[in-house]
Amino acid sequence: MSAVLWLLVLVPAAAGAVLCTVGRRADRLAPWLSVATASAVLVLAAVAGLATGVPRVEVAFVADGPFGLAVDPLAAVVAPTVGAVTLLVLLFAAGDITADRARFHGLMLLFTAAVMVTVAATSLPTLLVGWEVMGATSYALIGFWWRDDDRVSAGATAFLTTRAADLGLYLAAGAALAGGAGLGLAELPAASPGWRDVVAAGVLVAALGKAAQLPFSFWLSRAMAGPSPVSALLHSAAMVAMGGYLLLRSAPLLAATGWAATTASWVGAITAVLLGAVALAQRDLKQLLAASTSAQLGFVVLAAGTSAVAGGTAHLVAHAATKAVLFLAAGAWLSALGTKQLAGLRGAARQWPVVGVAFGVGALALAGVVPLSLWATKDAVLAGAREQSTALYVVALAGAALSAAYAGKALLVVWRGVGGGPGRRAVEQEWDSEERGSRRVGWLEQAPLVVLAAGAAVLGVLALPPVGDALQRGLGVPAEPSAGPAELALSAVLALVVLAAVARWRAPEPAWALDWLKLEPLTDAVVVRPVLALAESLARFDDHVLDAGVTRVARGGLALGRLAGRTDVAVDAAVAAVAAGTRRLGSLARRPQTGQLHQYYLQTLAVLAAGAVLLLVVT
Amino acid sequence: MLTLIVVLPLVAAAVLATVRVSDAAARWAWLAVTLAELAAVVGVWLAYESPDAGALAFEQQVAWIPGVDSSYHVGVDGLSLPLVALTAVVFVACAIYSLHEQQRPRALAALFLFLQFTCFGLFVAADLLVFFVFFDLSIVAMYFVIAGWGHGERAARSALQFFLYTFLGSLALLLGFIGLYVLAEPHTFDMVRLTAEAPAATAGVQGGLVLAAVLLGLAVKTPTVPFHTWLPPAHTDAPAVGSAVLAGVLLKMGTYGFVRIAMPMLPSAWRAWAWVVLAVGLVSVLYGALVALAQTDLKRMIAYTSVNHMGYVVLAVGAAGLVSRSDAQAREVAVTGAVTQMVSHGLITAALFLLAGVLHRRAGSYDMGSYGGLAGPAPRFAGLFAVGAFASLGLPAFSGFIAEFQVFAGSVAATAWAAPALLGILVTAALFLRAMQQLLTGPTRGASEGFTDLGRTETTAIGSMLLLSLLVGVVPRPLLGVIEPAARSVVDAVAR
Repeated sequence: MSAVLWLLVLVPAAAGAVLCTVGRRADRLAPWLSVATASAVLVLAAVAGLATGVPRVEVAFVADGPFGLAVDPLAAVVAPTVGAVTLLVLLFAAGDITADRARFHGLMLLFTAAVMVTVAATSLPTLLVGWEVMGATSYALIGFWWRDDDRVSAGATAFLTTRAADLGLYLAAGAALAGGAGLGLAELPAASPGWRDVVAAGVLVAALGKAAQLPFSFWLSRAMAGPSPVSALLHSAAMVAMGGYLLLRSAPLLAATGWAATTASWVGAITAVLLGAVALAQRDLKQLLAASTSAQLGFVVLAAGTSAVAGGTAHLVAHAATKAVLFLAAGAWLSALGTKQLAGLRGAARQWPVVGVAFGVGALALAGVVPLSLWATKDAVLAGAREQSTALYVVALAGAALSAAYAGKALLVVWRGVGGGPGRRAVEQEWDSEERGSRRVGWLEQAPLVVLAAGAAVLGVLALPPVGDALQRGLGVPAEPSAGPAELALSAVLALVVLAAVARWRAPEPAWALDWLKLEPLTDAVVVRPVLALAESLARFDDHVLDAGVTRVARGGLALGRLAGRTDVAVDAAVAAVAAGTRRLGSLARRPQTGQLHQYYLQTLAVLAAGAVLLLVVT
Repeated sequence: MLTLIVVLPLVAAAVLATVRVSDAAARWAWLAVTLAELAAVVGVWLAYESPDAGALAFEQQVAWIPGVDSSYHVGVDGLSLPLVALTAVVFVACAIYSLHEQQRPRALAALFLFLQFTCFGLFVAADLLVFFVFFDLSIVAMYFVIAGWGHGERAARSALQFFLYTFLGSLALLLGFIGLYVLAEPHTFDMVRLTAEAPAATAGVQGGLVLAAVLLGLAVKTPTVPFHTWLPPAHTDAPAVGSAVLAGVLLKMGTYGFVRIAMPMLPSAWRAWAWVVLAVGLVSVLYGALVALAQTDLKRMIAYTSVNHMGYVVLAVGAAGLVSRSDAQAREVAVTGAVTQMVSHGLITAALFLLAGVLHRRAGSYDMGSYGGLAGPAPRFAGLFAVGAFASLGLPAFSGFIAEFQVFAGSVAATAWAAPALLGILVTAALFLRAMQQLLTGPTRGASEGFTDLGRTETTAIGSMLLLSLLVGVVPRPLLGVIEPAARSVVDAVAR
């Protein structure tokens, strides 16, 4: 079984690395290699998930932190989900992506490997490996069409925002080491209290960043610049969902601190409401879906905060299928009609009925319509929230109503007929506004939609008895509050009423939410620009103060040298003067030495006389 | 064996300098010698078994200046062996990269072989005077590389600045070494004995003063803020291979000095100064990253990221001095991370500098603004640059992550004051993404038009180092298994 675990990670990693390295020469082969690899991954994930016991492998990695993978019950649910969505999305991409296929599929497979590491990680270093490689590949995939500067910047925004949050995991690793718990994910709640709070805070921040929760949500808006299959996989089923997944996995840690669980609950609930409003305000289908992803992940985060792990997991899985079908349908229309503006998508569902029906099922599931999946899973989460506090429940219920509103809005736009004449012309004017549409949707694009739509329809059983109870038992979590018939009925009625209202009157489009709560400009003003300004001024300081200072010191050395040189000249002159004086004295002393005896006698006489005078004076 | 590894490049250098062989022969001879060296180092690595704490493997000792008890004493342990291996790899890559060098290749080969001799000599030295001699000889050789093969009008000036600044640093180091000699009883320059007998001898105020001198010398070489200003001009004007060796190997002489000399020989002073070291590391991390963010010249940018990356090493060794506040395990993780970072930074930054050199070869400019959309005409260059950039910003699966994760985990566990250094990896990520966006993506424009993609030798030289970084990142145990026992003995030595 350990071989299965290794293969689960290594097969997509190796295939992805090969495709990325070989490049364009593998373009023709790439889609089939990638679909085959994804099938293998799905099989491996299913085998690992169905195995008795918990398959587990571990090798020494960094100090005190082994590289460990395990498919525990939670991973056993999520890994096959991710594997299935990956396979379907790659099938779609085999039809949809026509240029640079090797690079595209290679990056997608590398991403898949990273997700599998994240899902199965048992220690913080292992988690970080998957976590950060997911971020890096998502950067490369969002900026896949690299000739457009805007798309590359969007990738950078996504990577930097999520990495800012990822610092939390590094911090958590340090705190876990200091707290004496070691780096194993399961042991984190055992860290000593003060450090445990730091660990929980770090994990929470990292997960909120990945899950595009407030205040990090804006990166997901920018990420929509990437190809639609990327949005379908990364921004619904896998990467964003991993944020929620990490919190579900860390629910005991959050609960152990108390405050972290409460924070997670409220951040999730508030995100569900505010990003729901953002979704309602959008006029671009992918933007609407992206905001909805944040909002729906809000329910998962809320579930983690309230320890409703089974409900959260069910919601995560059902949302993965639902959102994948919605994104893929949006991608099919974008490729065919060249637009994702709602104005240009009026009546699009009628043009390709398979796509339209699949989108319809997904949108109704998103709205929470009975008996589709998100209706039941969301109620399982809400039941947990109600247990915690009524306020939380009310806020989350508002979030549920909003999801019905924005899902209804999208559904009505694509399904309502536009008739002929001027209405039709106005719609067609919007076509090809973003890229050249092909006006066709191939079977490769349509087939995965059907499967995903089926998933979106039926996965609600995960939150309903008897499957829901089995899931709870399987996950080994304490019995969770489940939604009673009254609650289920309430939310079902709520969804229908909201849908009817949206159909009768138009959905409100809160203008304040159109620009994603201005989170990106705000971040730009509060973080990015000050940091850049600081960098500029430090660089100037470096050049004009530090470097110039060193140069000045060196110049001082030269000046000192010149001074020493001048002193040297003076000393030299003094020495020369002394020498000259000595010479003069010498020549003076030579003068009496004439060699003539009479002059010597005279000198002797003079000296004797002087001596006698001296003697007389002294005595 | 070690002596053979050290001396072979010197002999080859002497032969190449004196015998007039053709340019092609000189280039191939250079490559052959570096490959032989690499093979020998691999052999040593395979035969290596961790010595007891405080001892060395493959030890050799010959009397040199018995009057001051200085001897030709060499050996390796888990601190030096990884750096010896790094040296061998980087010099092979430089030799491959220079297979098409047209500018006086024979002299360049001789000079680089001499430089390799000094690097090997320094890392295996177990005597302070021997260490010092190699330290200074490396500065001399690098001066000639920058002055003789550098580009730009200011190459001579930058070379002189590099020489004077680092030479001044080495004088401080010498002062410190003499201080160690004087404090030791009986007086000796032998590193093994100085380490073993350190605590009693270097406890007092004198120990602190000696450490100050040693730290100053190492801080200039590493370099840490504020002694780093010689680095950007030296890199900008050095030839690509010169930059690769300067950043890849020579900077490590400074950080190696911390773990080899300063920490184990001056333990009580190190503990007393640990907060200062930690603060210098923290400032280097943040300051280096931020100043790098503001650069428009690719080589200057990479140079400043070196200040940032070496800052992590300084941060970790500083944290390792906080003995009373943290447990030995965390400090050991930090020191292991620091040594791993030396190897990792050597591989990645040398590759990045060679990539920068390709820009200069093709279009004569390092200005990132004058390029754009290079991924079109030069996909191989773009791919390797992207890999190098992500490796350098600490992406897991590359060596940088192994190093930085341990540096952070160990340091933060030792003191929460190390946590702000985490922001360094965020700023580094931002600056590398921006550099990639300016150079590689967008419409192909400016100097990118007609840009020839990497040739075979360039791809091999750069790719091999990045591949090694990947290997260390995925399978770190062979490296960490060598480093960890040595890191443990350093931590134990500091705690004495």
